[in-house]
Amino acid sequence: MTSVRRRRVFAAAATGAALALVLTACGGNDDPEPGATGDGDGGDADCAAYEQYGDLSGKTVTVYTSIVSPEDQPHIDSYKPFEECTGATISYEGSKEFEAQLLVRLEAGSAPDIAYIPQPGLLQTIVQDYPDTIVPASEGTSANVDEFFSPSWKTYGSVDGTFYAAPLGANVKSFVWYSPKQFEANGYDIPETWDDLIALSDKIVADHGADGAKPWCAGIGSGDATGWPATDWLEDMVLRTAGGDVYDKWITNDVKFNDPQIATALEKVGEILRNPDYVNGGLGDVSSIAATTFQDGGLPILAEDGKDPLCYMHRQASFYAANWPAGTNVAEDGDVFAFYFPGLDAGTRPVLGGGEFVAAFSDRPEVAAFQAFLASPEWANAKAVSTPNGGWVSANSGLDPKNLVSPIDQLSATILGDTTQEFRFDASDLMPAAVGAGSFWTQMTAWIAEGKSDADVLDAIQASWP
Amino acid sequence: MSAVSSELTIDDGTPKGSAIDRLDARAAKARRGLGSVGASSIAIVLAILWTIPTFGLLITSIRPQADIQTSGWWTWFSSPSFTSENYHEVLTGSTTNFSTFFVNSFVITIPSVLIPITLALLAAYAFAWIPFKGREILFVAVFALQVVPLQIALIPLLTQYVRWGLNGTFWTVWLSHTIFALPLAIFLLHNFMKDVPRSLVEAARVDGAGHVRIFFTVMLPLLVPAIASFAIFQFLWVWNDLLVALTFAGGSKNVAPLTVRLAELAGTRDDQWHLLSAGAFVAMVVPVIVFLALQRYFVRGLLAGSVKG
Repeated sequence: MTSVRRRRVFAAAATGAALALVLTACGGNDDPEPGATGDGDGGDADCAAYEQYGDLSGKTVTVYTSIVSPEDQPHIDSYKPFEECTGATISYEGSKEFEAQLLVRLEAGSAPDIAYIPQPGLLQTIVQDYPDTIVPASEGTSANVDEFFSPSWKTYGSVDGTFYAAPLGANVKSFVWYSPKQFEANGYDIPETWDDLIALSDKIVADHGADGAKPWCAGIGSGDATGWPATDWLEDMVLRTAGGDVYDKWITNDVKFNDPQIATALEKVGEILRNPDYVNGGLGDVSSIAATTFQDGGLPILAEDGKDPLCYMHRQASFYAANWPAGTNVAEDGDVFAFYFPGLDAGTRPVLGGGEFVAAFSDRPEVAAFQAFLASPEWANAKAVSTPNGGWVSANSGLDPKNLVSPIDQLSATILGDTTQEFRFDASDLMPAAVGAGSFWTQMTAWIAEGKSDADVLDAIQASWP
Repeated sequence: MSAVSSELTIDDGTPKGSAIDRLDARAAKARRGLGSVGASSIAIVLAILWTIPTFGLLITSIRPQADIQTSGWWTWFSSPSFTSENYHEVLTGSTTNFSTFFVNSFVITIPSVLIPITLALLAAYAFAWIPFKGREILFVAVFALQVVPLQIALIPLLTQYVRWGLNGTFWTVWLSHTIFALPLAIFLLHNFMKDVPRSLVEAARVDGAGHVRIFFTVMLPLLVPAIASFAIFQFLWVWNDLLVALTFAGGSKNVAPLTVRLAELAGTRDDQWHLLSAGAFVAMVVPVIVFLALQRYFVRGLLAGSVKG
């Protein structure tokens, strides 16, 4: 008995050891580079625009981003012309823990070649804390950005006068989502000014208030980042009531949070967001805004069959298009669409937006070439074509709006391309993290959820400025 | 035949009847204490509370995407709807690549279980049966290492791996899991080895057995429950680990395990709940099978090791 048992244990141990060796061997041979698969000629693709990058056969560029499925596939597809024409291989890696993991990798010395930085504030942190890892934008990148982007975009990708990161995608935040069908049925016009907007809201209250409907619905819940949609409201309003110059000074805290100009803007936001007659259609009272996730905030605009909707307007960025349920027709004559969030008068039309930036952590020629490619119109158009469901735009002026499939993206591209409209980047993304990703969010949430007074909220945010 | 049965039949010379009576009395008391209505109801309430989130996840995973986005899972009871589409998409969808990550998880987990057990067995034997200078201090040091949180070692370790050129391979994950598991493994297995009666080892030595022979013929057969319990423990920990894998293996398809993929399944804007819930259940299958298959070792092995030390 004992000897049989012993032999069995021996056998088990031996099998285990053998298995370990086999697995070890497999792991050791696991080459992270899939080898030179590019054939260089690129078949039928038109490679003329790619000749400037030279022959990059056998070279690999790693890309690290915060964009995961399902939005990652269009990105991977958009690199194909580059890979086919130059022979380089692009290795894409997306992670939702990108912002923490990127810093870990930089610290440990295993930086990716290219990273998509979702906010300029992070770029500043990297330049300040890891100046040896990041490399300034390549010449080709710089030339492309000068040619195809407005100068303000270049400043957002620069730190202390050095240009590091080229703009990639963009989004427009100054949008109000509405239902064209319902507006038509009720004879409502799209408001051109702030006063029109308030008048329309009052009209909706008069027409539908008795049925329990409200003109506005909103949701600012977003996990750790709860409150950011409310900061967008205030940013949009500061642009309208105080203008771009004050906005720029506000970001650097030369205009304080408790400055009367900011207080005026917050009061205007309160006229809608804290007005119990106006909110929160289909979702509850004012405080329900804080409890509703931003994904769900606009859904009451869609009416159930044969019924009137419980909500008529929802201010949210262009990317909200992805949140409508499958089958919703997002078009100017469809179920939902967006209009430009009006300024105080029809003449001033500032635009609030956001976007990602491409930073390079290696000066190898293939990395420089790829960074330049991402700033080129070839990439912008390839990306537009490879995004069949829409939900993506770029501020690249070489982007042909015809390549964009969804009407909302086309509208965004038109607004981004309109140089008469003053564009400003999302302020909370540019402020120090203690405010822009901290007290600004939490205090705006308290403003809504607890009914904290305007003055208290602004004082508290100002006090937290580092 | 086994350590457990031989322990129960040890005759230590005291009057048998009274010892057994005392044991019976204690067992009866324990049974009364645990069997009371109050204790049972607390246990049942705890079990229900702990199961509700998983249950909600299960319900979510079989609801259509539109339902998940518009109402909570508890409304399923009033308006039941069923779809296997979520599982279908997770398992066969072109973008999820679950099979690749499933294989990666096994390739990561199996060596991460075998390596620390092998090393810890050898170390534990030395600590228990080979007298050498500084043994006590060294053992206390190993024991104390359990207190150190692994998080503080992440960045220095990664820096070191990059310097050695191991970055992006399975080695980083295997080595890290081994390093983090060793203190507990050595401690647990050492306690088991210490429990083996000295007379048994001495008898073997008198028969002419050296350390190697004692280790393989005396210790290993007796340690099977301990090894199995630690193996399950380590298997579950490595299989479910996200932090270590994310830091060292990153999200690269070549080496990342299932948990890394699972964490991304909800999508950039957290709107893919239907995939996340179904994916979670697919990932759960393996640990559940392992646990059920080896469950009887689990409690026995862990309890014996920790209490007797």
